Amino acid sequence: MSDDKPDAATRERLLAQALAGAFPDAHGRYGPFGGRYVPETLVPAHERLEQGVARWLGDVEFQREYQQELKSWVGRPTALSHAPRLSQRWGADIWLKREDLAHTGAHKINNALGQALLARRLGAKRIVAETGAGQHGVASAAACARLGLPCTVYMGAVDMERQAPNVGRMRLLGATVVSVSSGDQTLRAAIDEAMRDWVADPEGTYYLLGSAVGAHPYPYLVRELQSIIGREARAQIQAQAGGLPDLVIACVGGGSNAIGLFHPFVADRNVAILGIEAGGRGAGLGDNAAPLSFGRPGVLHGSYSMLMQDADGQIQETHSVSAGLDYPGVGPEHALLQACGRVSYEVAGDAEALAAVRECCECEGILPAIESAHALAGARRWAQAQPGKRMLIGLSGRGDKDMLTLTQMLLAKPPAGVL
Amino acid sequence: MLAHERIAAAIRKGAIGGEPALVAFLTAGYPQRAKFREHLAAVAEAADVVEIGVPFTDPMADGMTIQRSSQEALRQGVTLQWILDELTAMTRVRAPLLLMSYLNPLLSYGYARLAAASAAAGVCGYIVPDLPLDESAALRAALDPLGIALVQMVTPVTPAERLARLCAASQGFVYAVTMTGTTGHSAATPSGVLDYLARVHAAATVPVCAGFGIRSREQVERLRGAVDGVVVGSALVEVLERGDSPQAWLGSLRHVRTDALGVNRPLG
Repeated sequence: MSDDKPDAATRERLLAQALAGAFPDAHGRYGPFGGRYVPETLVPAHERLEQGVARWLGDVEFQREYQQELKSWVGRPTALSHAPRLSQRWGADIWLKREDLAHTGAHKINNALGQALLARRLGAKRIVAETGAGQHGVASAAACARLGLPCTVYMGAVDMERQAPNVGRMRLLGATVVSVSSGDQTLRAAIDEAMRDWVADPEGTYYLLGSAVGAHPYPYLVRELQSIIGREARAQIQAQAGGLPDLVIACVGGGSNAIGLFHPFVADRNVAILGIEAGGRGAGLGDNAAPLSFGRPGVLHGSYSMLMQDADGQIQETHSVSAGLDYPGVGPEHALLQACGRVSYEVAGDAEALAAVRECCECEGILPAIESAHALAGARRWAQAQPGKRMLIGLSGRGDKDMLTLTQMLLAKPPAGVL
Repeated sequence: MLAHERIAAAIRKGAIGGEPALVAFLTAGYPQRAKFREHLAAVAEAADVVEIGVPFTDPMADGMTIQRSSQEALRQGVTLQWILDELTAMTRVRAPLLLMSYLNPLLSYGYARLAAASAAAGVCGYIVPDLPLDESAALRAALDPLGIALVQMVTPVTPAERLARLCAASQGFVYAVTMTGTTGHSAATPSGVLDYLARVHAAATVPVCAGFGIRSREQVERLRGAVDGVVVGSALVEVLERGDSPQAWLGSLRHVRTDALGVNRPLG
């Protein structure tokens, strides 16, 4: 483990392995990243989960049930929409993968449903989950209601306030929502608290982690369940646009929607891939939530990955206007894809993201989540730099949950004059 | 004697007579940074081994008390470097010292530098709650040449084969977590726990210390004969928090022994 950037030979080797689909390895590693750094109490639970994933994920009957529910209950496949007016304005050919149309309003349901089905097969008596923006909490609550499993969701007190509508939705869906007032009172503290719950009953409780983070096998499990986004989009854009995109782009917090969209394109060497982190207010420590852009490697929540931390290895508080991206870590596979040069990562700030919400609303009649708007902002910049390209943008969720923030930040001010 | 042998020897010595030795935990610099040396000396006087908690922003295996103490210590500017500097500067205490730290501050410090600074500061061992044996090769490679222990934890849900591996790898002592859950909750000591501790004892070559949730003399008494030592953490942190005497409280945990010897002198 080293803070140093890998040398050229290492980078080439990691890239070849990434292109060949060699990650994670038998130790849950993505090159130097990943692994399983958990309290001893949770080691057997992770080993059982790893065995459960190996047993069930490829099982014909499990997949039949999962795919049937994805179709008839989630509403998959989600549409790939051409964006004619954004295309015209940006001088590019813009396609939007519409995860905002999935049940509960975001990509989170793909993972929540898959893991809830797995939890039932593994004999779990109850489910715990964490949530930041509330989207994973809502998805978990819905999936648990559908399967008749009790569900407890941990949510930071700060997030409960800024995502109040989702708290009500979770409760209506039968979940117990627990306010977390320790630590930074956002997603990171919610994960800490969900882990503490799981530590108390590692045999009866299933921890339904919502992003491609955590200890092995979570980053792998979440990627596999979210890769349906990229598989659908890859087939759809070839059918609808007549070929692969020049660029695939998604927002990255923990990175589940991004890894789901990116993964099926990783081996397509001619397709550029770009992840957009939350640039917040700027590049200073505490002003953003962009560990790939501004962090250094470390261990948090079970895996070795890029991390916002101070010189003493203390985890730093983060800032983003978007609760779903407001997290100091990132999935280990993103750290690997960055280190080997296959995927580029940039930031989009609060103001850019909010402007992109407005532009997408006014041009395409789609209200994106503020998280997803970071991808739109990054795409707009990329289109200006490289005009005339075909771009596939992951629209990970809808923005109805953000109305409180949008009302304060956008509607209180006159239109920015984007049209 | 190697550093990790000092820990084992201190526990064995403390456990003479069947009464468990006392392994006492305090969060470095809590409740007051300026009183760290004083608190450490006081605790070390009454305990056989002392664990010093390195505060971390995300102590996910800990309950409310240690979360609170860690947060406050960080607020007062306590860092791993500061702790090592304090230990290097102060008069050495009799009891062997271990540092209990989550992995990231150690990783950030750098393992080679950490091992050297720990040896200079008189640190005999480490307990790293989020570093399972399977991921610990690099840290062990740095600590081993200096004889510094990496204590392994085992839990009631650890399968037999893994328990054997953890016990074989543990140095100083085996930290037997007596319950699932975070630190600080009150734990009973039902017969299942005694069976579990017997399994740990059978697998271990170093002393076995039970921890998580030990708060009272009655609990210590029930563990008599089942373990070589008990770890008291959250309850002691609360004693320091209240401004009570740590020697008196730790002494009260040993009260039974003085009873048994017929020289009952109630302490505190």
